[in-house]
Amino acid sequence: MTDTAIATADNAILAGARTGSAVAFEGVVKDYGRTRVLHGLDLAIQPGEFVSLLGPSGCGKTTALRVLAGLERANGGTVRIGGADVSAVPTNRRDLGMVFQAYSLFPHLDVTANTAFGLRMRKIAKREAAERVRDALALVGLTGFGERFPHQLSGGQQQRVALARALVTEPRVLLLDEPLSALDAKVRVTLRDEIRRIQLRLGITTVFVTHDQEEALAVSDRIAVMNAGRIDQIGTPEELYLRPATAHVAEFVGLSSVLPCTVDGGVAEVLGIRLPIVGESADGSAEAFVRPENVRLGGPIDAVVLESTFLGSVRRTVLRTAGGQLLRMQHAVGERVEFDERVTLGIEPAPVAVRPREG
Amino acid sequence: MTARGFAPHPAVRWLIGLAIIVLFAIPIVSMAEYTLRDATTGGHSLVHWIELFDPAKAGTYRPIWTGLGNSVVLAVVTVAIVLLLAPTMVLVELRFPKLKRPFEFLALLPISIPAIVLVVGLAPIYLAIGRTIGTGIWPLAFAYGVTVLPFAYRAIQAAIDATELRVLAEAARSLGASWPAVLLRVLAPNLRPGLLAASLISVAVVLGEFTIASLLNRQNLQTALVVVGKQDPYASVILSLLALAFAFVLLVAIGRIGGGAPRARRSSRPPKDQP
Ligand SMILES: Nc1ncnc2c1ncn2[C@@H]1O[C@H](COP(=O)(O)OP(=O)(O)OP(=O)(O)O)[C@@H](O)[C@H]1O
Ligand SMILES: [Mg+2]
Repeated sequence: MTDTAIATADNAILAGARTGSAVAFEGVVKDYGRTRVLHGLDLAIQPGEFVSLLGPSGCGKTTALRVLAGLERANGGTVRIGGADVSAVPTNRRDLGMVFQAYSLFPHLDVTANTAFGLRMRKIAKREAAERVRDALALVGLTGFGERFPHQLSGGQQQRVALARALVTEPRVLLLDEPLSALDAKVRVTLRDEIRRIQLRLGITTVFVTHDQEEALAVSDRIAVMNAGRIDQIGTPEELYLRPATAHVAEFVGLSSVLPCTVDGGVAEVLGIRLPIVGESADGSAEAFVRPENVRLGGPIDAVVLESTFLGSVRRTVLRTAGGQLLRMQHAVGERVEFDERVTLGIEPAPVAVRPREG
Repeated sequence: MTARGFAPHPAVRWLIGLAIIVLFAIPIVSMAEYTLRDATTGGHSLVHWIELFDPAKAGTYRPIWTGLGNSVVLAVVTVAIVLLLAPTMVLVELRFPKLKRPFEFLALLPISIPAIVLVVGLAPIYLAIGRTIGTGIWPLAFAYGVTVLPFAYRAIQAAIDATELRVLAEAARSLGASWPAVLLRVLAPNLRPGLLAASLISVAVVLGEFTIASLLNRQNLQTALVVVGKQDPYASVILSLLALAFAFVLLVAIGRIGGGAPRARRSSRPPKDQP
């Protein structure tokens, strides 16, 4: 298929799409037995927005998504799609598209029939359905794969078909539950960028669940960082990275070194260097999260090199200070350091997140 | 190490296979030989096979045809009952996973109860059924439903275990499928091998059942064979032979379906080519 043909296909879908709806969680509570998994979740998503739910394993991301999909019933609170309370609407009438972590194509149907499934359920005429299936497969770059069965596809291709199958009905909301986690690193990056490209073209509201912060940072309009059934912070990737609201967010988004410090009047003293803090923190001893790119060679801190890794465009080095603290530094490839080499370090005066020290 | 590393030498395999074939073949061949005996000439002929369709002897054989008819009715009704088992099992799997163990225990229980014991309990029930629904043959299918339950359960459960039932059902739901559509369009096709195997096993069991029918005074193929066998042993052996052959064909069919394409496909890894 030529580029123009793909563009035509995209436009055909575009014409009917732009149907993204607003999504809102309002105080959603979910219990499994006697354990509370969601503690009054609040989250408002704009029409056409790409929001990631990011958080450690077991924090309730999948549960939140399943409640939104109607696959689980909430014990309290309201879920709205397009402004309407959908609590009583069964999954099959919520008009969603969903891609699961596990391969979920119907094994007995070929790619075309899999993609057409949602249209068949909606009793769309055969000819129109065939056309839309063709467009959707073109959109995910699988033109010509229509007659293959799921077992004849690679993992990445299967997830593409799952995406086409979810998009072909032009749903109001697209739900993605770690659709990339079973794929290898390279495919994961390609496919995540492609999902974002398609999402931007179609303007479809998307909720993307992941525990991979890099993935979330790369594709999201906004990220909701979850922790133990609550949302710690919601913001653009830049906001989360530069001004984490809590230590958990700082720890979870981006890479940090955790260093002991003392807070005094909004300033943290880390290894003898005074740094402004983000947010508020009570005076006293605490832990600061220092970004590796804010650590540089040359300064008042004595340290020894433990390990230095070449990452292509940058070099990342782990050091131990004279006081025994571990510190990560990201620096230019040209600045070579050797194992066991003694160096001096400084820290840029960028704001750091702090959390009070336990005990 | 090659896959053949621990496998026996082909010659040994053939030898074992041959021994088993001979073991099974001797009684069957003897039966076949017996049906071909011709008392008038002392040699062999097809005379007894032809007599089966001889209008003059129709009266003698009538019980067999009645019994066969009854058994076919029973097989059909039993299969219908067994097929109702599948949605129930899907429901347990998806909605009430906690009931899975008790349900399994219940389903497998009949295998440990001898048919004679079963009849002791069934006799009064069928007395009541005889008074209310009538003494027709088909209510016997309820009893057969119980006897085939363990086999059918295992066959269907194996298919359920081999399928990502929950994921497929949820994917279908999210795409707008109602529950009946999920069952018929998504789950049934994927559980087909198990459903077929369960049905065929049920047919095989029903066609071979003697004890319950005999003790409850119902006539099916096996009881008829015994009745006719007393007058014409040749006919009863011929029909036993045919019943055996039919059961054999059924079992081969089950084997082919069970090991058939869908299962093999699922276990093969997807090829690692372009994303
Ligand atoms: N069906 C269930 N029954 C009981 N507890 C459950 C059930 N499903 C999830 N949980 C619990 O709820 C919590 C949240 O689970 P959830 O699947 O939402 O986590 P998650 O954030 O998606 O994690 P992951 O990144 O590992 O997928 C976990 O502690 C989990 O053990
Ligand atoms: Mg999850």
